[in-house]
Amino acid sequence: MNRFADLIDRVGYEPRRNGKIRLIADYFRRTPDPERGWALAALTGALSFRHAKPGLIRGLMEERSDPVLFGLSRDYVGDLSETVALMWRPPGEAPSGQADGAPGPGHNNPPADGPTLSEVVHGLASAGKAELPGLVANWLDALDEIGRWALLKLITGELRIGVSARLAKTALASLCQDAERPITADDVEHVWHGLEPPYRSLFSWVEGCGERPENVNPAPFRPPMLAHPVDDEDFAKLEPAAFRAEWKWDGIRLQAVAGRDGDGTPVRRIYSRTGEDVSAAFPDLVEVLDFEGALDGELLIVREGRVESFNVLQQRLNRKAVTAKMLVEYPAHLRVYDLLALDGEDLRELPFDERRRRLATFVTGLGEPRIDLSPQIPFATWDELAAARADPASAGAGPDADAIEGCMLKRADSPYLPGRPKGPWWKWKRDPYLIDAVMMYAQRGSGKRSSFYSDYTFGCWRDGPAGPELVPVGKAYFGFTDQELLKLDRYVRNHTSQRFGPVREVQFGPDRGLVLEVAFEGLQRSGRHKSGVAMRFPRIHRIRWDKPAGEADRLETLERILSKGETEMHPTGTDGGET
Amino acid sequence: MAARASDLLTLTPQGLYCPGGNFHVDPVRPVDRALITHGHSDHARAGHQHVMATAETLRIMRVRYGEDFAGATQEAVLGEVLRVGEVLVTFVPAGHVLGSAQIVIEQGRCRLVVSGDYKRGRDPTCLPFEPVRCDVFITEATFGLPVFRHPDTAQEVAKLLASVRLFPERAHIVGAYALGKAQRVMALLRQAGYAEPIWLHGAMERLTALYKDEGVALGDTPRVAAADRAGLKGAIVLCPPSAIQDLWARKFPDPVTAFASGWMRVRARARQKGVELPLIISDHCDWDDLCRSILETGAEEVWVTHGQEDALVHWCRTQGIRSKPLHLLGYGDEEGDTATEGAAEPAAEPA
Ligand SMILES: [Zn+2]
Ligand SMILES: [Zn+2]
Repeated sequence: MNRFADLIDRVGYEPRRNGKIRLIADYFRRTPDPERGWALAALTGALSFRHAKPGLIRGLMEERSDPVLFGLSRDYVGDLSETVALMWRPPGEAPSGQADGAPGPGHNNPPADGPTLSEVVHGLASAGKAELPGLVANWLDALDEIGRWALLKLITGELRIGVSARLAKTALASLCQDAERPITADDVEHVWHGLEPPYRSLFSWVEGCGERPENVNPAPFRPPMLAHPVDDEDFAKLEPAAFRAEWKWDGIRLQAVAGRDGDGTPVRRIYSRTGEDVSAAFPDLVEVLDFEGALDGELLIVREGRVESFNVLQQRLNRKAVTAKMLVEYPAHLRVYDLLALDGEDLRELPFDERRRRLATFVTGLGEPRIDLSPQIPFATWDELAAARADPASAGAGPDADAIEGCMLKRADSPYLPGRPKGPWWKWKRDPYLIDAVMMYAQRGSGKRSSFYSDYTFGCWRDGPAGPELVPVGKAYFGFTDQELLKLDRYVRNHTSQRFGPVREVQFGPDRGLVLEVAFEGLQRSGRHKSGVAMRFPRIHRIRWDKPAGEADRLETLERILSKGETEMHPTGTDGGET
Repeated sequence: MAARASDLLTLTPQGLYCPGGNFHVDPVRPVDRALITHGHSDHARAGHQHVMATAETLRIMRVRYGEDFAGATQEAVLGEVLRVGEVLVTFVPAGHVLGSAQIVIEQGRCRLVVSGDYKRGRDPTCLPFEPVRCDVFITEATFGLPVFRHPDTAQEVAKLLASVRLFPERAHIVGAYALGKAQRVMALLRQAGYAEPIWLHGAMERLTALYKDEGVALGDTPRVAAADRAGLKGAIVLCPPSAIQDLWARKFPDPVTAFASGWMRVRARARQKGVELPLIISDHCDWDDLCRSILETGAEEVWVTHGQEDALVHWCRTQGIRSKPLHLLGYGDEEGDTATEGAAEPAAEPA
C-alpha cells in the first residue's frame, strides 16, 4: 500500500503527461504481482467495492482525538481525508509531548506489515458494513501519513489524481522492451476487456514473458458513474448550457454487457449497479442483447408502450422464480442512457455528448423494442427544467410520468467516471410526498434507542360504520432529531391507552392525538395492509404539535396518489393552504 | 509567580521587552539594546544601537546588512551567564539555524525562556536544541496543529534523489530559504552520499560561504551562471523560494520544481505554490516536538508568540499548563518568498 501511496502522491503533483507515464511505469517495474495489478485496477477505475462514507472516517477520528484540535486542523487543511491522514495516531504511539526518542509506527515510520493494496481491496470486498470501521482503523494504524491519505481516498472513492485509464494503459504498454514488436496502448485496450484484476497475464505479456492474454471475461462489469444530489445553492454555480437533462427513472439501474468468448460464442450479462450478475433474473432481456458492447440504463416494466410505476416493477422483482407467466405479465425493458463500450472500443473517456450521439445511432441500428433511448429534456434555463420536473407528463413524458422520480443533469463534456465524482452528474429528485397522519401506536426501538418509544405507527381517517375512524397507513422510525425523540417518548408515556408488550397504544380520536407530518417516496397497493396501501421510505418530516387530530389527512388522499398522476398530489398541493 | 514573570518580560510595540535589563528580544523596530536569537531577517534587523547575539548570528547579520548594521555589538557565548542590568541572561542552543539560541532570562527565583525559533529534528549544520527547565516558556507555533508532523529528513532527501535518478534529463530546482534551510538540504544530500556539484542561485552564495567558513562541510557548490542553465541536465539546483516560479528557473532543461518546507505537508499549500516535488523539511518544530519541548521545560506557563496559537494554547490548557497567545506581529508565518539578503523589508519567516 505504501508504494502505491507514494506513487499517487507523486503523480498527483506531476503536471506533465510524460512525467506521469514515467512515474507509473517505474512503479510497475519495481512492484511485484498482484500488488501492481490492483494498482492498475485502481488507476483505471476497475475496482468496485462499497465506498466508505465520510461519516465513518470522521467518527473514527473523533474517537481518537481532541474535538477542538480536530476542528482547528480540519479548518486549516480543508479536506477531511487529508486531515485524518495527517492527524491519525496509532494507539501504541506516544501521545503528543511524550519524549520517547524514536518515532513510533505511523509517524512516517510504518511497520513492515502494513496492509498491501491487495489486502485492502479484498478486505473492502468482503467486509460487512459493521466490520468496516474496525478494519479501516487497523489499516490506518499500520500506515504512515501518505499511506493513510491514499487509503482514505481509495475507500471513499475520491482517488482522483489526474490519471485517465488511457494514461495508465500507456504506462503499462511502455514496459514492453521489445523494439521489434512494441506493444501500444491500443494493443492493451484490445485485450483489456477480457481481463480482470490483478492482470497477471497482461503484465507478463507486456514484459515479454508470456503469451498475449486470452479473453477471460468477454462481458465484464464496469463500475458505474453515480450522481450527487443537487441542492438549490448548487444551481447558481451551474451553467445550464453546459448540461443535458434526462428523466430520472424510478426503476433499477442495470448494466447490459455483451461480447464473445475465445470461440466466438456470444456472452451476455446483466449486472446490478454493484456489479452483481443478475442475468438469470432477466432472461427476456438477456435474449435481446445482440451486440458487442456495454449499455448503462434503467430496468423498467413496459406494457403496451407505457412505462409502469415502480410498484409494478416491484411485483416482478419480488418473485423468486422466473415463470413464463411473469415474463408475459411483467415484460422487462431497458431504457438506456449511456454507452460505455461498443465493438471492442472503450468509450468511457469520450465526452457525454459524443457517447450520447453514438448511443442514439446504436439504439436505432439495433431496432430492438425492449431497448430504447431515455429521452433528453429540452431546457434553456433552470426554471424551465424546474417546470418540466414538476410536471413531467406535460413536458414530454406523457403517461410515463408515473415512473419518473426527478431529473438527471449531466455535463455535456463529462467522461464516464467510475464512482461518484462531484460536479459532472447531478440528480434532482422530485420532492417527497407529504401527508398528515395521527400517531396510533409506538414501539420501543432497538440498539441505542431500546429505552425509547421510537417506532411509530400512524393512520389516516376514513368513514367507518360508527363515524370517522383511523386506519393505520404506515410506520416510521426516523426523521426526527434526538431532542424530538425525547419529546415524542415522553408524549407516548403520558398518553398511553393500552400496552401490548413493547408496544403502546396512544390516545387518538377526532379531538385528541398527535399529528405527524410524514414524508414518503411513493405508494403501492398492498393486500397485507389494512389500509390497502404501503408506503416507500416513510419518515417523520415534522411533528405537528399544533394540529388537531381531526384535521389530519383522509385515506382518500392516498388513494388519489395511487390512482392518479403524481402531479396532482404533489406536496405543494396538500401542504399549500396550511399555516 | 505569574505576576513576577509578567514584570520580567512585557510587550511593547517593538516586541518583547525586559524592563529589568532594559533590552528587547528580536525587536521588529530599532531599539537601544537588542538581544537577537538568530539571523533570520524577521528576528535580526539592522539599526539597533547595541546588539547582543552569538558570534555566528553577528556574522550572519554582518553579511546581510554590512559592517555597520548596529552601533555596537557584544558576543554572547553559549551557556555563559551574563548580568544585564538587574537580570541574568544565558544563550542556549536552539537547533534552528547556525548560531541560533534561546535566551534564558532570570531574576530572583523566576526563570523565563524566550526560545525564538527552534527545532528538534536532525540538522548537521547547527548545534541541537537544549531544553532548559523554567517557569515560563515562550514559544512560537508556526506548525502548531496536530496535522504537522515532519517526516525523517533522510526520507525526503531520498525522494529528491529518486526523482533525479528517474528523470536524469531534467534539472531539479529546489526552493529553500537562503539561510539555514539551503545549507541543511546540502548537508543532508551529502550525508545521503550525493557527490555531484550542488548548483546555487546567486542569492545563496554568500551565506553558504559563511557556513563553509564555520566548518560545515557542504562539498562542491558552484554558482549557476546564466549560460550554464541549459546544460544542467540531471543537476540539483538550489534557489530562494521566490525563484522557483521565475523566468530564471524556466531556462533549465525541463525543470522539476521542488520546495523544501514544513508547509509541504499540506497538499493545498504545495499545490498553491505550483510545486511538483514537495520536500517536507522544516527548521521549525512540528506539533509533537512543540508539545514535547513544552513538557521538557517543566514550565507552569507558556506564552505563544505567533503561528497557530489557538491549538497550542488549547493543548497546554488540557495539560494543566497556563497558556496565553501573545499575537506578536512582524514575525513570519509564511514562506520565505522574499528571502533575498539584506532586504529592507522584513522577509517572511522560512519554514
Ligand atoms: Zn527563524
Ligand atoms: Zn521566526
